[in-house]
Amino acid sequence: MNRYFKPSIFFLSLLPFLIIVYKIYFNQLGPEPVKEITHHTGEWTLIFICLTLAMSPLKRLTNLTIWIKFRRMLGLFVFFYATIHLLTYVGIDYRFNWTPIFDDVLKKKYIFIGFAAWLLLIPLVITSSQRMMRLLKHNWRLLHKSIYLIAIFGALHYIWLSKTIFFKPLIFAIIIIILFLFRFNYRKYNN
Amino acid sequence: MKKINYSEVTPEKIYNNRRFFIKSLGLGVSSIAMTALPLINNANSNEDNELTSYKDITTYNNYYEFGTAKGDPYKYAQNFKTNPWNITIDGEVEKPIQISIEEILETFVSEERIQRLRCVEGWSMVIPWMGFSLSQLLSKVTLTSKAKFVEFESVYDPEQMRGQKYPVLQWPYREGLRIDEAMHPLTTVVTGLYGKKLPNQNGAPLRIFIPWKYGFKSAKAIVKIKLVEKMPTSSWMRASPREYGFYSNVNPDVDHPRWSQATERIIGNDIFAPRVKTLMFNGYGDDVASLYTGMDLKKYF
Repeated sequence: MNRYFKPSIFFLSLLPFLIIVYKIYFNQLGPEPVKEITHHTGEWTLIFICLTLAMSPLKRLTNLTIWIKFRRMLGLFVFFYATIHLLTYVGIDYRFNWTPIFDDVLKKKYIFIGFAAWLLLIPLVITSSQRMMRLLKHNWRLLHKSIYLIAIFGALHYIWLSKTIFFKPLIFAIIIIILFLFRFNYRKYNN
Repeated sequence: MKKINYSEVTPEKIYNNRRFFIKSLGLGVSSIAMTALPLINNANSNEDNELTSYKDITTYNNYYEFGTAKGDPYKYAQNFKTNPWNITIDGEVEKPIQISIEEILETFVSEERIQRLRCVEGWSMVIPWMGFSLSQLLSKVTLTSKAKFVEFESVYDPEQMRGQKYPVLQWPYREGLRIDEAMHPLTTVVTGLYGKKLPNQNGAPLRIFIPWKYGFKSAKAIVKIKLVEKMPTSSWMRASPREYGFYSNVNPDVDHPRWSQATERIIGNDIFAPRVKTLMFNGYGDDVASLYTGMDLKKYF
């Protein structure tokens, strides 16, 4: 039974991607298609960040170690969706027109912080293998704590691009804060 | 008596073609309707003068009274009651009046006015409104010498407008114009679009439209027009004064503090269509730039 878990979760994690491919192919993206792709992939990046962060609290709450086995894969999906999100913005929206892109990254805080979050994901992806984990020893844990920073950057990215205070970005921020508190409590509890 | 417009029985394509035909003959009902759409010289695109489809205009809306998602107004405005409807014109006028929507529709002849809509979020549409100049409506009252600004107040009815149950903005929605902006012939009282009655999600029964300003300046479902001496504070100014100014003229050189206003996406274009350059005053500079002579538009954004 257990051996079906990982492939199933892999397939489920791929669904948001398949949905957007379907929508592009069948012209279901609505009046502002580029924004639709950007929002869809951005939102799923945040959802996968939350899922990744939820694994260790779930392990603790349910006393099952199986959750941790999904964490790496979910984390890699964060990078997958974040990268499509970024490529949509750079390639489809701005057609690799670098002047306005550089301008945005440097001057607009929501783009700056979103881009920073994507950059911070790269070392985590590079060091995601078992081998790297062994190689880096305790430094690995330290490095991978940056996912919390990335999560906060992601939530701020969403809050700052909204016209005013909106429900959805706030919900993401609240969930991330709750997951953060879990972590904090856990450490206190362990010491 | 029910009035039937041709467009109710004419497909959009033919409607568009006929419009083009009439235009080419120079038989326009009004000169302003025909000059309202500026010619756009933009190397990036050749499609930006095409009318946005009826479907997109009526299903992709920012109208937070019905919810903040673009599809919410279409979804939740269908049963909104626009009859009976009265509009009060008061404040700095000799004699305040109340006028019903029926009387407005009977008194003023709505003409087709094709105007560009540029949203502050960075997208645009070309909309064939039906309407007339606000100055005509305001001629129903005599302004006092203190009438320096106009304040528009939209309807407040949280029972019918689910979005008003949330404090996204301060309700009722308020907007405003300087008196010379309000009197400008391009400032339009909108009563319909595509030759049809104005759909609820677009601000029925009556809204304002100011084509050279960002879309949020054009208040929907108006119940009150108040002439005032001091510059009114709009709902958006109240929400974030640093980001949303009173003037809010379309200006590619003045960014929203959080995002660029240099370019825009045209609604209805496919995913491979490029962004197009945003034009000063949304392309209406020839008509309206003189209203702002000598003003620092970076300061008075």
